[in-house]
Amino acid sequence: MKKILSLKNVIVSLIILSAIWQLIFTVSEYDSALFPSPLQSFQALAEMISDDILILHIKASIYRFAIGYISSVIAAVLLGLILGRLPKVFQYVNPALQLFRPISPMAWMPFIVLWFGIGDIPAIVIIFIAAFFPVLLSTVSAVGGIDPIYLKVSENFGIRQPQIMWKVIFPAAFPQIANGIHLALGTAWVFLVAGEMTGAQSGLGYLVIDARNNLRADILFADIIVIGLIGLILDSLLKTAEKQILKAWGGVD
Amino acid sequence: MYIEVENAGKTFLQNGKEFTAFTDVSLSIEKGEFICLLGPSGCGKSTLLNAIAGFSPITSGSIKIDGKEIKEPSVENVMIFQNYGLFPWRTVQKNVELGLESKKISKDERHKIADKYIELVGLENFKRSHPRQLSGGMQQRVSIARALAVDPEIIFMDEPFGALDAITRMKLQDDILSISKQEKKTIIFVTHDIEEAVFLADRIVIMTPNPGKIKSVVTVPLKGHRERTASDFLQIRDKIFELFNMKHEEQIEYII
Repeated sequence: MKKILSLKNVIVSLIILSAIWQLIFTVSEYDSALFPSPLQSFQALAEMISDDILILHIKASIYRFAIGYISSVIAAVLLGLILGRLPKVFQYVNPALQLFRPISPMAWMPFIVLWFGIGDIPAIVIIFIAAFFPVLLSTVSAVGGIDPIYLKVSENFGIRQPQIMWKVIFPAAFPQIANGIHLALGTAWVFLVAGEMTGAQSGLGYLVIDARNNLRADILFADIIVIGLIGLILDSLLKTAEKQILKAWGGVD
Repeated sequence: MYIEVENAGKTFLQNGKEFTAFTDVSLSIEKGEFICLLGPSGCGKSTLLNAIAGFSPITSGSIKIDGKEIKEPSVENVMIFQNYGLFPWRTVQKNVELGLESKKISKDERHKIADKYIELVGLENFKRSHPRQLSGGMQQRVSIARALAVDPEIIFMDEPFGALDAITRMKLQDDILSISKQEKKTIIFVTHDIEEAVFLADRIVIMTPNPGKIKSVVTVPLKGHRERTASDFLQIRDKIFELFNMKHEEQIEYII
């Protein structure tokens, strides 16, 4: 019930916003080449949908995003589980991580293009880097923060390596790992667009550049809205999945 | 003797200073005995329990179980903790099966054993529940079932009922007493509750702090089920109060 109510709120607020915007646009003499009206953007959106252009770009973006994000999460969680259990090793790994973490993945772009050319891979690599650090660091800290009683019980009942990793360490650390995975989703989606703006010939990020080059402010704006919407959908899908897992693992809402 | 503790001592390094948890502890325990380690906090009773269970090694003396020096925990000797130590991501059933997973037995057999002990502690209607959905008393029952399921020789209990309310605690004391007779396990039970110790133990090991050591060992001459209000029960309780110097001489007034 609460969810429906908030969805209603979102829709109403968007309608009001677009109505005011459209009104200002109609009464003033603003140049639509500089900033489009909601109506124009909506028409551009309809045009892209009927041309099947939009779906093509969405597919390209989602494909890159899925590969980059999922492989990054898997790699970061696995490495994090291992490093979390080896605090002495992590002491020496951590400074290097802290050095690389604040660097925008985009800074690596020239190298990435140099090594991989343009196409799908640069965007995938950018997303991989963007999601990697938050997931890795939250996993390491989650593993370090596990209640020692779980380890004591495991030792007592003869659960050894490697089973202890997936029987005890991962589920015990999961709530905090999930936080990191969730945070990384937003970051990674932001960098998908950035990655596609420079390294790709398709995708929602490429569409931004394409619209700019063709002076199509209406398409640009429609594209921006689509990027936001898909980000929102991905976020709520992940939130639902996360909730399901936590529920199955006995978390109380 | 089954468990043989000889001149055992343990010192920690705490903030650069040496701290003695307990010293010069000697104790022999027979198979099937119910032993309570009783004493105020800081007397080293939990540390001693953890040492016998193999979680933290002693720094002097020796501890042998069945003739073998204890170096690490084993499935033969299971610990039950005050805060239960259940895995919240597993159902009651899967928690009880935990210790059976590292043994070479089939899935069906595992289910059967878990069912048996879940029934023994009266939780057959909560098999699919997760620990967080249960009360503290029920959670402790799950951990008792989990311990019994691996058919251990010794069960260590570290103030297992300390977090429970008085009524639940008495109920669980009744249950653990009858389970210990029925399953014939050796139980070493740490508590600071004198009444609990008198109610449960065959022998009470009384420990005093600074540094932790054994003051005396009291044999409880009560057999089988005990009445908390019976005169022989109260007598033994009084005797232990005296040992802690907690009984005050009373001026008896006679009113005729």
